Amino acid sequence: MSGGGGAMPPYAQMLGLVREGRRLSMPFGPHLIGSPGRLHGGSVAGLMEIAANLAVREAVRDAGDDADAMLKPVNVTVDYLREGAMEDTHAEAFIMRVGRRVANVRVEAWQGDRGRLIAAARLNLLIVRDSAEPQPPPAARSR
Amino acid sequence: MTNAEGADEKRVLDDAGRMQRFVDRFMSAVPHLQALGIGYVASGSNWAELQMPYAPQLVAYPDSGVIASGAIFSLMDSAAGFSVFVTMGRFEPHATLDLRCDYLRPATPGETVFGRAECYKMTRRVAFVRGIAHDGDPEHPIANVAGTFMLTGSA
Repeated sequence: MSGGGGAMPPYAQMLGLVREGRRLSMPFGPHLIGSPGRLHGGSVAGLMEIAANLAVREAVRDAGDDADAMLKPVNVTVDYLREGAMEDTHAEAFIMRVGRRVANVRVEAWQGDRGRLIAAARLNLLIVRDSAEPQPPPAARSR
Repeated sequence: MTNAEGADEKRVLDDAGRMQRFVDRFMSAVPHLQALGIGYVASGSNWAELQMPYAPQLVAYPDSGVIASGAIFSLMDSAAGFSVFVTMGRFEPHATLDLRCDYLRPATPGETVFGRAECYKMTRRVAFVRGIAHDGDPEHPIANVAGTFMLTGSA
C-alpha cells in the first residue's frame, strides 16, 4: 500500500493477509469475528480494499510509469452477499480502468467455493504521481 | 444525527444500567472490535457513536503513520450496526446489505477516530443508515458513509 510493496503494512499484518498469486487471502482467525460465528464485515472490507490497492499498484508499475505513485482511497462500496463463515477468505481485484489520476476497481471475495461470492466491492482510487502534471495546491485545511 | 440530542428517550434504553449491559454485550460479542480497539462512546434513540483510538496495528502508511481506510470502514460498519440496534431497542439479528464509504481526507496520525451513525429510516426488513467519521471536529469529517442493513430476524 505504501512504498514499493513487499512487506505488508501493519493493518494488513493485523488482518493476517497473505498473497497467493493474483489472490489475496485472509486465513481465518478469531480476531476477524463480528457477531458470533461470522466474520465482521469490516475485516472482509479491509481485505478487499487492500486487494484493490495491490492490483492498482501493480498495474501502474507494469505500465512503466511512476512506481512511486501514491494511491489514496476515494471511496468504496461493499455489497455483502452471504455471511462470512469462520473460514479462510480470498479476494481478487479486477481493474476496470487505470487512468492518469483515478483507478476504478472491482473486487470479489469468496471462501470455499470460488463461484459463491460472500462480498463484492467497487473502489475508486486516486493516483498521485509525483513526476507528472503539477499537483493542485495542498488542501486548504490540512490541520 | 440531526435530531440526535433532542430525540425522545424510549423503551429499554432510557435506563442507564440496562444501557450499559446492552453495550457491554454488544462490544464483548465482537472480537474484531477488540482487535481494532474500538469502544463505545454514546448513543441515543436512533444513533450511536463509537471510537477507535490511534494504535500501531491500524497503520496502513508507515511513512506517515496514517491509518488504513479499512479500519475506518470497520468502525463505521460497527457504528451503523449499533445505531440499528438502539433504534430497534433490542439485539435483533441483522446483516449489512451494503455500505458505501467516502474517504474525505486522511485521519490525522495520533488522533482518536470517532464514528457516529444514525438509523434514519427503518422498515420491517431494511434499516437505512448514514454517518460520519471525524478525529475531533465533526465539522471536519474524515469519512461519510451510507448503507443499508437487512433485519434477518424479523418474521
